[in-house]
Amino acid sequence: MDITAIRRDFPLLSRVLNGKPVIYLDSAVSGQMPLCAIERMAKYERDEHTNVHRGVSTLSQEATDFYEAAREKVRRFLGAASVREIVWTRGTTEAINLVAQTFGRTVVKAGDELLVSAMEHHANIVPWQMLAQEKGATLKVIPITDDGELILESLDELITERTKLLAVTHVSNVLGTVNPVKEIIARAHARGVPVLVDGAQAVPHLKVDVQDLDADFYVFSGHKLSGPTGIGALYGKLAHLEAMPPWHGGGNMIRSVTWEKTTYMAAPGKFEAGTPPIAAAIGLGAALDYLGNLGLDRIAAQEHDLLVYATERLERIPGLRILGKARDKASVISFVVEGIHPHDMGSLLDGEGVVIRAGHHCAQPLMARYNVPATTRASFAYFNTREDIDVLVSAVEKAIELFK
Amino acid sequence: MTDPRELYQQVILEHNKKPRNFGKLDPCTHHAEGHNPLCGDQLELSLIVENGLVADIKFQGSGCAIDVASASLMTGIVKGKSVAEAEAMVAQFRGMVRGELDPATQAPLLGRLTLFSGVKDLPSRVKCAILPWATLHAALKGEEEASTE
Repeated sequence: MDITAIRRDFPLLSRVLNGKPVIYLDSAVSGQMPLCAIERMAKYERDEHTNVHRGVSTLSQEATDFYEAAREKVRRFLGAASVREIVWTRGTTEAINLVAQTFGRTVVKAGDELLVSAMEHHANIVPWQMLAQEKGATLKVIPITDDGELILESLDELITERTKLLAVTHVSNVLGTVNPVKEIIARAHARGVPVLVDGAQAVPHLKVDVQDLDADFYVFSGHKLSGPTGIGALYGKLAHLEAMPPWHGGGNMIRSVTWEKTTYMAAPGKFEAGTPPIAAAIGLGAALDYLGNLGLDRIAAQEHDLLVYATERLERIPGLRILGKARDKASVISFVVEGIHPHDMGSLLDGEGVVIRAGHHCAQPLMARYNVPATTRASFAYFNTREDIDVLVSAVEKAIELFK
Repeated sequence: MTDPRELYQQVILEHNKKPRNFGKLDPCTHHAEGHNPLCGDQLELSLIVENGLVADIKFQGSGCAIDVASASLMTGIVKGKSVAEAEAMVAQFRGMVRGELDPATQAPLLGRLTLFSGVKDLPSRVKCAILPWATLHAALKGEEEASTE
């Protein structure tokens, strides 16, 4: 890949902050959007803006076509069988809440069990906790090893006849662990348990095929994927989506409304009440085209090279400990440095132009598991270079020197 | 923004490494816990207030260098002061790190603690510096919990 040329597609990478060139190592927080996606959204707002699924105007039909074409791009990206299995949402969080509030509320009864893993983001914990509390169900947790890998053997015991759903992340946003979701799904299905996969951190790094995985639900956010915020998708097997009740009521999701009775659209329409973020959907479609042109394999290779290089260099720093040493990792590195709180590290790196995340990463139970209040996390995208990592390493060394 | 390195002066780094008045007073007359939900900083303050004076004060907890140094220096400066003076310091410290008060002219009670004034240029860290002071304010008012949320 011609990284120099790719970097020109991201104007933010040329910014200077506080006198230092920006080194963006925070793609796990939000991916940068390429110019083509930004311009596609602007074109929609400037020349094409109207509403979708509204009436007979040429303009509305055109907008609907663009919007639905973006849905088809998501279908292809996830390897789904039908476009009817792709529901637009505001993002991963909304998609999980949708499943919890429709599928979950239908199938979970008092005394039932829901199963998540110890490395989940709050978005894949809290909606299930809320559902469990409402229904009098129990939330159980798949444990992890110190290296940050799921202890799969525990599944045999954790899955019972009362387990109604297993929700697991594909890639940990903190540890970078790539979980063997295909195997997990096979084990869960063998016991009759459907599986939701949180793909927010996976889709930017690896090729996903929901049919090969046999996932019941797969969710992701556009903005982690070089797309805009405010758009994401829920993939659900059609049989599930058809059986699920609608969630939000309103315009767009109905077939007919009378004072006596409302009938609903078929999936995915029945889950899409109100006017959607049309420009965002079209922008995400453009971002998917961009990634497709770069080639997901080449993206993965570049990111893997950065992961290996950064791991080697950071590990050599005395007092620095990397959290998450799974055999299969995406380009996310969390670390702590003895005697330096991650927030101090974050501020000092920020002063060097290095943009990283310091905090609990919306994974407080995982922080508790490792007995740390927070970590510093660097995450790498295809536009990053080894030179970016050199700047990170020297900034970390400078901070350590200051705290000596 | 100024270089964050300017904030991490020797005094702050040294108090972070060797915090003063670290521990817990038991028994105590006043007590409060402070939390910074954003970063997970936790702080527990215990005080002995006698005849309107802060006779003794200790803190314990974990947090970033800004938080720990702020607590260490705060406990040092309020010890022996009247409750009214301590409250006035709380107000001056808050005003200073929020950039509302000029450290040179409007924070006379804070002495060398004006070295925290640079925090105003790091908005995400203002709450770290304030946490011990918000907890002190809560303790003096008889509240058990303070949060910088």
